[in-house]
Amino acid sequence: MQRFLLRRLLLTVVTLWLVSVLIFFMARISGDPTTLLIDDYASASTLEELRASLGLDKSYPEQYWIFLKNAVQGDFGVSIVQKQPVGSLIMQRLPATLYLGLVAFVFSLLVGIPLGVLSSLKRGSVMDQVGKVVALIGQSAPPFWIGIMLMFFFAVRLGWVAPSGREEASSIILPAITLGWFNVAANLRLMRSAMLDVMDTEYIKLARAKGVNQNIIIWKHALRNALIPPLTFAGITLGGLITGSLVAETVFAWPGLGQLAFLAVRDSDYPLLQGVVLSFAAAYLATAFLVDVFYAYVDPRIRFS
Amino acid sequence: MADNPSQAMLAPAPERVGLPKIWRTIRRWPLLPLAMLLLVVFAGVMAPWIAPEDPRKGNLRARMVPPVWLEGGSMEHVLGTDHLGRDILSRIIHGARISLVVAAVTLGLGGTTGTVLGLLAGWYGKWIDEIIMRVVDIALAVPLVLVALVMVVAVGQAFPSELGGQTGLIILVLASFFWVRFARLVRGEVLQLKTLDYVALAKVAGASIPRILFVHILPGVINTLIVLATLQVGFVILVESTLSFLGAGVPPPTPAWGSMVAEGRDFLAGAWWISTMPGLAILLTVMSLNLFGDWLRDTLDPRLRQLATN
Repeated sequence: MQRFLLRRLLLTVVTLWLVSVLIFFMARISGDPTTLLIDDYASASTLEELRASLGLDKSYPEQYWIFLKNAVQGDFGVSIVQKQPVGSLIMQRLPATLYLGLVAFVFSLLVGIPLGVLSSLKRGSVMDQVGKVVALIGQSAPPFWIGIMLMFFFAVRLGWVAPSGREEASSIILPAITLGWFNVAANLRLMRSAMLDVMDTEYIKLARAKGVNQNIIIWKHALRNALIPPLTFAGITLGGLITGSLVAETVFAWPGLGQLAFLAVRDSDYPLLQGVVLSFAAAYLATAFLVDVFYAYVDPRIRFS
Repeated sequence: MADNPSQAMLAPAPERVGLPKIWRTIRRWPLLPLAMLLLVVFAGVMAPWIAPEDPRKGNLRARMVPPVWLEGGSMEHVLGTDHLGRDILSRIIHGARISLVVAAVTLGLGGTTGTVLGLLAGWYGKWIDEIIMRVVDIALAVPLVLVALVMVVAVGQAFPSELGGQTGLIILVLASFFWVRFARLVRGEVLQLKTLDYVALAKVAGASIPRILFVHILPGVINTLIVLATLQVGFVILVESTLSFLGAGVPPPTPAWGSMVAEGRDFLAGAWWISTMPGLAILLTVMSLNLFGDWLRDTLDPRLRQLATN
């Protein structure tokens, strides 16, 4: 277990470090950031002063070390367009993203799992066909388009919810569906195939032979055993739900980290973008690490593979 | 699995009278997805010749014209026009070209690199394997869209235009993540294949290592590779269109499906077709690729059932 933990932790740290190196040097490749900060008519001495105040007169390794030291403390510099410290902008918006991710996660389980069970019960039934279509669309449709279509039908046409923002409690519904849609499809497929496998086992046959009610067999005996693959997958995709919020938040102007990243891209606000992406990457990697450790703890087979 | 091969061998299907053999073979093919894919490839290759209008030129007097089946639509613009009066069908046809080029070059680059590195890792093992597989682990652990976003924003138009400018950059970034899936798969296959007798015989017969790898082992992996590549094409198209939706894709005025969806977002109430049509193009293309890939997998390599979840 210790060996596994160490290996996994090392991978997480090295990956995060590489992402930080990449982001840092990308910023330097993209040109001198001072040109974005002042106009073309500034004198050479103003430019030198600004470069010195930003630490740009130091060597690259030195600059990187300062960047890393500050980033670890949550200091990513100041946003060029919004004129606020990037760290505080991120903290302001983090709760909204976590809330959205959580709701999407619950949604994908609450819809995907029952649909998967129902479509596994009878091959070729209407439910099975519905399940197949949901799974196929979930796998193939671009999430940003799903979001826009939901917005068109439920907000623009029917007017049931607000098209964007976070003013009302119901504003969460459409972004959460957009974000969770892919996972609904994945949970459904995994649940269906796990149920088909479990329904074929001896203990289910025994329960049947004893005359146990069919509903109890399905929802109690079979479901409990078939839940393992979808739950494993759900854990793995938790990180994906955090980074996936980029698209859902952009479509619905949900005031979270993802929208912040989009604004940074739109305005070429590099300090902001690097801060958001580093926090996203850290959240993503940390979730993946914790989930892996949890499963290794629960299922010894993972530790040794 | 109800239709496993051994059952099929034990009980050959009785010849049905009146149904030509060729029809029975074709019936098992995914005809609709295949037709759709052919259509997309045809549109992409022939775009400049079959598109009814210039995808970049708008006619401000014909803005937001609805598709032909709605009131006010005409055969002149079958799928309607966008907010600048550009013909949507023409833009979708040209957009197919972008998606296809990005997907093909990405998978060509990534697939080749991944295959070669996978062969090396599987064959030599030891430190070569260790290094390559650790890089694979890292690449799989990185949130792809985010990193691609940063690289496109940072380097963007500064990427040398001989290498395709921003489009070339996107391809390079995507390829540098997609090769790992090929490497991992090929490595696993090589580990199995290299223990087989015919490989040992080739070695005894004095075949060089490149010869063994490319002439004796590679053909044994090719089916698996084709299946993986097909399933990945759809994924690359989704990622590329997501990047262009977020404004970090192929730069305007070149029509890309993702950015077309983004442009139509502000006109949903008055002209829903601007966003809907290019999105449908992505959906149908990726769906066809997935269906075709599933079929290929079942046909060429039934062992790979789990690949789809990747």
